[in-house]
Amino acid sequence: MSDIELFRAQTRQWLEDNCPPSLRTPTPEGELIWGASEVEFTSLDQRLWFERMRDKGWFCPSWPLAVGGGGLSDEQVNVLESEIRRLHCRPAQINLGIWMLGPVLLKYGTPEQQQRLLTPMAKGEVRWCQGFSEPNAGSDLANIRTSAQDMGDHYLVNGAKIWTSYGDKSDAMYALVRTNPSTSKHQGISLLVLDMHSEGVQAVPIDLISGKSTFCEVFFDNVKVPKDNLVGELHNGWPLAKLLLQHERSAMSKFGEFSLPTHFDLMSLVHDYLPQPHSPADAALHSRVLACDMEERAYQLTVKRMGEEARASMNVTGLMSIMKLVHTEQEKVKFELLLDVMGYRALGWQDDSFSEQELGITRAWLNSFAQTIAGGSSEIQLNVIAKRILGLPDKAKAADNKSTNQTKEEQS
Amino acid sequence: MSLVYNQDERMLVDTAQSFFAEQSPVSAMRAQRDNPLPLGFDPSINQQIVEMGWNAICFDESYGGLAFGHKGMGGIFEAMGQHLTASPLLSSVVLCGTILQYFARANQLSSDQCQLLEDIISGDKRLALALDEQARHQGAQVGLKACSVNDGYQLCGDKVLVMDAHGADALIVAAKIDDDTEMSLFLVPADAGFTQQNLSLIDSRQYSRIGFNGVNVHADALLGKAGTGQAALAPALDLGRLCLAGEMLGACNSLFAMTLEYLKTREQFDVKIGTFQALQHRAAQCFVELELARSTVISGFDLADAIGTHSTDTEQQAAAKSLAIAASLAKWKVGTMADMLTREAIQMHGGIGVTDELDVGLYLKRIRVAQMCLGDGDFHLARFGELSG
Repeated sequence: MSDIELFRAQTRQWLEDNCPPSLRTPTPEGELIWGASEVEFTSLDQRLWFERMRDKGWFCPSWPLAVGGGGLSDEQVNVLESEIRRLHCRPAQINLGIWMLGPVLLKYGTPEQQQRLLTPMAKGEVRWCQGFSEPNAGSDLANIRTSAQDMGDHYLVNGAKIWTSYGDKSDAMYALVRTNPSTSKHQGISLLVLDMHSEGVQAVPIDLISGKSTFCEVFFDNVKVPKDNLVGELHNGWPLAKLLLQHERSAMSKFGEFSLPTHFDLMSLVHDYLPQPHSPADAALHSRVLACDMEERAYQLTVKRMGEEARASMNVTGLMSIMKLVHTEQEKVKFELLLDVMGYRALGWQDDSFSEQELGITRAWLNSFAQTIAGGSSEIQLNVIAKRILGLPDKAKAADNKSTNQTKEEQS
Repeated sequence: MSLVYNQDERMLVDTAQSFFAEQSPVSAMRAQRDNPLPLGFDPSINQQIVEMGWNAICFDESYGGLAFGHKGMGGIFEAMGQHLTASPLLSSVVLCGTILQYFARANQLSSDQCQLLEDIISGDKRLALALDEQARHQGAQVGLKACSVNDGYQLCGDKVLVMDAHGADALIVAAKIDDDTEMSLFLVPADAGFTQQNLSLIDSRQYSRIGFNGVNVHADALLGKAGTGQAALAPALDLGRLCLAGEMLGACNSLFAMTLEYLKTREQFDVKIGTFQALQHRAAQCFVELELARSTVISGFDLADAIGTHSTDTEQQAAAKSLAIAASLAKWKVGTMADMLTREAIQMHGGIGVTDELDVGLYLKRIRVAQMCLGDGDFHLARFGELSG
């Protein structure tokens, strides 16, 4: 038996022995375990599974043993992930820090930061949130204003972040802050980590059209942050932000995989709600339903194809760039259609006369509008495809070249 | 099951790409448009296709096939679409060949008919499928009458559009015997006495209207048993639909490449027009639709491999149904994508886009014909609904 096959056999056995059978099912909504200073378990099995995986270092299996990781090779991580999938084990915990900040710290953090920040992260002891967007920096992220002023022995942070998921439940934040307000907007940005329990930090949940949300607005009022919380170079945080955003895409897909938001099957709902035989109006609606279902299948086949192409070591950058856009845009259309199909039954807000599913669909419809805005709006996705995948010319650069050329012409 | 080419398929597709690029570029289709070819395709190109064994890809070894699977065939059609190559690969090989192979596998062919299948694969003979009787494809629904007479049948009725009938050695004709409700297929030799009227269509290929004004055929012209035509025709049509979808996908690849190139070179207002976000976003949408459509096509060809490999009837029917759903999905998705791509390709080229000088128009015309053949988008949307509902 090769080393990797041996590892597979051992891993399989270990998971069989250690993952409680009650946790080998999809995670119901609201039962995801977040690593944090105070982890909220809803069962003893969850605690056992959390502790066992933690002690193996398998919250972050690829990280070095020295910082509490599993020390596994890429190949071993693949084996571990496939064995976890095979047994349908729930994630023992999820943590934005591990998915997003961790890889950046491993690459750019000082040894002291790695020890201080990564180890508790790897042990699931700190819940992290992300402080990127601001009221005036959404799609134009580099426009951030939250400032970190150098006070000699610490930074003084003032400003506000918005769309911070679970800002009110997190222990720590990695944030983009402006450290130099007098240069061009992409310069003068730094990446800072800060304690959410510090004095002057206030996280306020945001109500959406769909009701309560996990998003917060976070306010900073003269918050003192130690200087060794600066990650990477001072004023040079923008490249790190871009790196983090790349991880965001894979983190979001992982999150989607884990949290399994209730899937509403369009065709079976149509079967339940549209009377047979169809009236002429129902028939017109049914055609739109079919088109929507076919589009969804085309998307699912594309997800499958991307997976197979990736396994065959083909370049899937192009396919990856379309996924978020297609899925979220399709969902909006699908929920609009579901509302059409269900009629008055899908207009309930909170009332016993509506089923849980009906109310859920109404909320999901309202929530679908946020999905084409969050995590890079559809327009930003199209920009990315146009520029990075299709190689279409950049207007700013074109203008730059033009003016440079003009200057040259004027000079000559 | 797989949605990527294996190494052999990749090699085949690469070979097809370079073959059509070198031997049958779009300029050849333009020349054919200006000086129509009697058969609607270039026989020397077809001869080379045969010599490379591409006729044989999808067929069992026992009939002279290569049993190479269908995905490679999809790649060949994509390459033909990319370069607008005309060939009887669809009309004769895929459609008629698949029908004959169905009966051959069921041991229902005479030795002459079996030989004909082998001759199609070897390129020595060519067949055409006479099916459609209305201006829009109606699946296997036909009204053409086959009246029983002494030693055979008398065919009465018209077929409004038959691909590559001119010069074909025989036609496979869909008809209903006497008062049958189910359809039957007949193998009708070219000299049986039907009338043939050439139709000049926008894509410069060969199509005919065929009239059966009391055409007598021998009893052994009936393929298989009476009333069993549907089961033989269905997988052939679905395969044909996938080939058309593959061809349209290839044509759209070319349209998109031409359009991107234009966006990167054409200047207006002192900048490349590709710097305009209004156009960037539309180009990006085209890319998205192309990739989604591509997945439906390769998935369809993947499922086609499962046809005829099962032992029980139930499994066979399930495989045929999966193929039918996948084929309708692919033809619908590629069709709607192609509508968008052709519109955008012309619009983004601006004035030059509507000139005959640019190749975009040639692609538009071929795509429109391929859209209508074997069922348009609405046909396949409704069929998808019936099959999957």
